[in-house]
Amino acid sequence: MTDRYNHYKFEVESLEVNYGDFRALKDINLQIKANAITSIIGPSGCGKSTFLRAFNRMNDLIPNVTTNGKISKDENDICKMNIVNLRKSVGMIFQQPNPFPKSIFDNVAFGPRAHGLKSMTELEGIVERSLRQSVLWDEVKDDLTKSALALSGGQQQRLCIARALAVEPDVLLMDEPASALDPISTLRIEELLQELKKDFTILIVTHNMQQAARSSDFTAFFNMDKDRAGYLVECGETSKVFTYPEKKLTEDYISGRFG
Amino acid sequence: MGSEVGSVVELAKNKRNLRRQNTIQKFGYALVWLCGSLAIAAVFWIVGYVLSEGFQVIDLEFLTTRPAGGVSGEGGMSTTIVTTLYLVVLTIVLATPLGIGAAIYLVEYAADASRESKIIEFLIRASRTGVEILAGVPSIIFGLFGFALFVSYLKLGFSLLSASLSGAALVLPMIIRTSEEALLTVPRSYREGSLSLGATKWYTIFNVVLPSAMPGIVTGIVLSVGRIIAETAIFWVTLGGSYHLPKSIMNSGRSMALHVYSLASETRAFDKAMGTAAILIIMIILLNLAINILSRRLTNRLTGRK
Repeated sequence: MTDRYNHYKFEVESLEVNYGDFRALKDINLQIKANAITSIIGPSGCGKSTFLRAFNRMNDLIPNVTTNGKISKDENDICKMNIVNLRKSVGMIFQQPNPFPKSIFDNVAFGPRAHGLKSMTELEGIVERSLRQSVLWDEVKDDLTKSALALSGGQQQRLCIARALAVEPDVLLMDEPASALDPISTLRIEELLQELKKDFTILIVTHNMQQAARSSDFTAFFNMDKDRAGYLVECGETSKVFTYPEKKLTEDYISGRFG
Repeated sequence: MGSEVGSVVELAKNKRNLRRQNTIQKFGYALVWLCGSLAIAAVFWIVGYVLSEGFQVIDLEFLTTRPAGGVSGEGGMSTTIVTTLYLVVLTIVLATPLGIGAAIYLVEYAADASRESKIIEFLIRASRTGVEILAGVPSIIFGLFGFALFVSYLKLGFSLLSASLSGAALVLPMIIRTSEEALLTVPRSYREGSLSLGATKWYTIFNVVLPSAMPGIVTGIVLSVGRIIAETAIFWVTLGGSYHLPKSIMNSGRSMALHVYSLASETRAFDKAMGTAAILIIMIILLNLAINILSRRLTNRLTGRK
């Protein structure tokens, strides 16, 4: 490993997530580097999304979910953090673009407003900064009052990224952010990720092997055992995982022999 | 060769089948067309009859003079229009916050609450069933309840207040049900999007969920307005029947529907009953148009269509 990356953003220790009696994830131990893109790959149903949603405690919203083990963010246990502060600092982008049925401006300003910011000039500043960061500004700057639902799918997803950036997180969780988009929009999102990783730690769940290979620095490969519980097979630098995987299973998966 | 003969027979059979199915299709089409046109004709006939009879007595004087009472049904209908307006506004003001609040609880909080205790789960299920049943209870039952509770026991007398409280009880199930359905159609992704930004559940409900559900909720409210304008029995036993203009919410009054009823049953002025009924129908038609326009506007604004 090189020491290009200064420290770990997250440390996951024996994480285990259960839906009622069903064990979705078992004994996950993993460290996530700051200011890098870590992609999470694996066959359907191996708990990738569940794993991602553990980082901002979105799993807590689902009834009967119990989470054991520990996730530390900058050496603080996230279960002991205030949930509002945690979610402010850990933004999430969903698989389907989910802009609110409001104007473009109101979508981006939603987070800051929810945290009590009222000053219009400050809000305008935040909206412009966030839209520039997500490379949407030039396309929408004359039309900020337009409904967000009138945008194309790719624009909607970049709007959702801007909306997440507006609350100034340091981590972005992305659950297959490009799977509902066309190839060109996908490419734009990937370019955007390369820009964003200078300032953010990015975790991205993806089904797309090429996407993981070309755009991430680290790759974590998940699989499920015979009881359908997800576990971590291996994790390392993307170039290494894709060329000289440590495990036979990883090699089989990335070369398309199963999954 | 045998197989060829067989296939010819098969073909003929198919053709016959096809022809028979076509006949059934046409017959079915004619049947539903007949049902549809009969239903529409009935509606047009009733409305047309009331309007044409009613317009023989409607003039500016009829609309602007107050009813004078008596067996001959002297006077116009001015106070009944205003009283109806009072009644509608007061009832909606009472019923809407309660109804929407109840719907929010049932959709957003009840599931969590019922997991916590068996008793709460039972109560929630009972109240859901209760709402279903109340929506189908005849309005006179609500009237009797209102008479017993508000008019007699709480000594509010025959008054706008008693009537609006009873009216609110009448339309509450409808508002709860339509609001509940509207809230349920709000996608989960909106809620998750808001919560993932660190917004609280309360903020999410008020700033994302409720605005998205607004077209449905408004429809429920406007339907309730229609119901209040049209109901007679419930207000007969709670609003009284005074044809004076109520000066406060503690005064008795007479809505348009009540006026139609008393004119038709207690006076000789059947033509004036028709006149009032015509105005009533026009108001309900206008209200329905307003719902359509309003909910289309709201939906357009939400979905970004101009």
